[in-house]
Amino acid sequence: MMLFFENISLAISSLRANKVRALLTMLGIIIGIGAVIAIVTVGNSLTLSISDSMSSVGANNITVGLRQRENEEETTDSGAVFRDYRNQKQPKEEDYFTDEMIEAFRETYPDEIADISISESLGSGKVTKGEDYANVSVVGVNDGFFTANDLTMLKGNILSGKAMEEGRDVALVSDYFVDNLYNGDPGKAMGETVEITIGKKYYTYTIVGVYEYQAMSFSMTSKKDTVTDVYTPVKSVQRKTHNTSGYSSFTVVIKTAGEAQAFIPKINHFFDRYYRKNRNFELSTFTLESMVSEFTGIMGTVSTAISIIAGISLLVGGIGVMNIMLVSISERTREIGTRKALGATNASIRTQFIVEAIVICLIGGMIGIVVGVGGGIIGAKALGFAAAPSLSSILISLIFSMVIGVFFGFYPANKAAKMNPIDALRYE
Amino acid sequence: MMGFGGSGSKKEKSGELIIEDITETAEDLLPEAQTEPAEEGTASEPEGRIIIDMHHIVKRYFIGQPNELEVLHGIDLQVREGEFVAIVGQSGSGKSTLMNMIGALDRPTEGQYTLDGVDMFRAKDRDLSAIRCLKIGFVFQTYNLVARTSALKNVELPMLYAKMSPRRRAKRAKELLAVVEMEDRMKHMPDELSGGQKQRVAIARAMANDPALILADEPTGALDSATGRLIMDIFHRLNKEQGKTIVLITHSPELAEETGRILTLKDGMIVGSRKGAGHP
Ligand SMILES: Nc1ncnc2c1ncn2[C@@H]1O[C@H](COP(=O)(O)OP(=O)(O)O)[C@@H](O)[C@H]1O
Ligand SMILES: [Mg+2]
Repeated sequence: MMLFFENISLAISSLRANKVRALLTMLGIIIGIGAVIAIVTVGNSLTLSISDSMSSVGANNITVGLRQRENEEETTDSGAVFRDYRNQKQPKEEDYFTDEMIEAFRETYPDEIADISISESLGSGKVTKGEDYANVSVVGVNDGFFTANDLTMLKGNILSGKAMEEGRDVALVSDYFVDNLYNGDPGKAMGETVEITIGKKYYTYTIVGVYEYQAMSFSMTSKKDTVTDVYTPVKSVQRKTHNTSGYSSFTVVIKTAGEAQAFIPKINHFFDRYYRKNRNFELSTFTLESMVSEFTGIMGTVSTAISIIAGISLLVGGIGVMNIMLVSISERTREIGTRKALGATNASIRTQFIVEAIVICLIGGMIGIVVGVGGGIIGAKALGFAAAPSLSSILISLIFSMVIGVFFGFYPANKAAKMNPIDALRYE
Repeated sequence: MMGFGGSGSKKEKSGELIIEDITETAEDLLPEAQTEPAEEGTASEPEGRIIIDMHHIVKRYFIGQPNELEVLHGIDLQVREGEFVAIVGQSGSGKSTLMNMIGALDRPTEGQYTLDGVDMFRAKDRDLSAIRCLKIGFVFQTYNLVARTSALKNVELPMLYAKMSPRRRAKRAKELLAVVEMEDRMKHMPDELSGGQKQRVAIARAMANDPALILADEPTGALDSATGRLIMDIFHRLNKEQGKTIVLITHSPELAEETGRILTLKDGMIVGSRKGAGHP
């Protein structure tokens, strides 16, 4: 055990003597560990975001939207105009779900449907008040929205009654909004008129309530810059966007827990009558359940692929370490002979070179972890999730690097240990 | 173990080097000595106890199936404690081979060899490591300092393998470097030292575990005569002041002449043995 620290400093000094060689040797390990850590970081971030949305969306909700048909025709109604295959279409007003459709749907399944939630976005913008500001996203909602989303009101009430029916310009703001603009006093915010700037347009609302914002568990933005929702009646938003014909999506809240997946065929069946003849769009439904299973499927495929790549590169890296250890041992044959002449046992020579292999792999592993965490954070941010590196995978990687060191270092180290001292000393 | 205790009084006399006893654990590494060290009481006699006791040592190398190269043809050699013996002979006469045999680096093909009471034929590999570690100090023609390792750390190496505590070995390594007048260079790496300086560090290293025997294979062979003289003086001092037993291979007749006994090797046989100027 006493030789342990001696061996580590020995290993480091021998690596220092061949920095470039050591780095090239570590490359396989760096890539292998880096890839694993990066994918685990991204996966972890995604999983956390999904569980975040799981709590906010609720397990009884089915979101119904529109998706472009895959079997596109090559002509439009107007004639022989070839459509660019890559051209993604946005649903137009005539494709939207109308109030009538939704009402008919609700009446068809009164026992299953608890409520229908609608939310239409007006856009993201800013409210400024002197030096202070708050980032907001204006969302028009219906009564059902409050069934689907359980808001905790700190002041005032949820939107309902006349205000909803007439689509008045009233708004619910978050406690973050109040913190940023009204020193955290909801009472002061109530009844205030705020002007929200979205793009180049200004919209004026009267605050009628304050709700508690549910922060993401791993949010990287500060409280001051967090974008929170401002809820207003959906009719108000429709008036402002001059779109009164319908909605691009809505959410069905069902009565019986756990029946969401089973209810989907009924939704498809009901809306088939409206969209069967629609050439461009068809119905798309998704539940948290389907989202999670789809995500798990994708993550599973991706991590299998990455694991294979990582495994191969760790194997190649390990063989590289073994190779360089063999080179190093043959270069240091005289040193080994000298050490034996000075009293080193076979075991102490073996330990020396195994420790050296472990140190190479551990340093490679640590660089890999840094690279992987960096890459994973960038990846998670690019996908729009808050990055969450996994500590357990970092620890496992460190242990794994050590195991590679022992495994691929053993053969060369044993070869060194078994050298005949005379032959080693005579070596030219 | 008596091997080290027996020479304790001499060390104190030198005054230059206060050597602590090697740690208990280090001594445990050694195999049991076969003969009783009864010579303890006879230390006052002109000739000490026998350290190297070789009878009819034969060494053959197998180079290819039919060829068998016999390098040593039945060597008989006895060296007593405190002796300074020179081995001379033509290149290829088997001097190094004999020296490696003495130093437990190699095993003889035939014969009997007892080193400081230990039967070398019965010793296992581990025992040989322990013997090299604690009983023998090697000095090579090519110095063989470990690269990228400071002079101090080089001297510490044998003590490291003897499992001495870091504090004690650093202290002792400094003392040993002072004996060879290299204490101001202890932080230097081998490639920052001249040949003579390297050899002085190597001698300090050979002394690390206070071995019974110092084996030097042409230690001045790569040095100019003035530097060689300096190295030779250190060996004389170690022999006279600390009573170290030294076996030295040299090509220089003058240097050989200064020792107590000169053995001439020819074609793997000892063909001559005479007293030198250094004989007590
Ligand atoms: N490993 C070996 N295999 C074959 N022959 C060897 C080996 N080692 C030494 N010899 C031979 O043994 C003889 C004596 O060598 P050595 O002891 O080194 O001589 P010296 O040191 O007196 O110059 C030489 O002829 C040499 O070729
Ligand atoms: Mg020789």
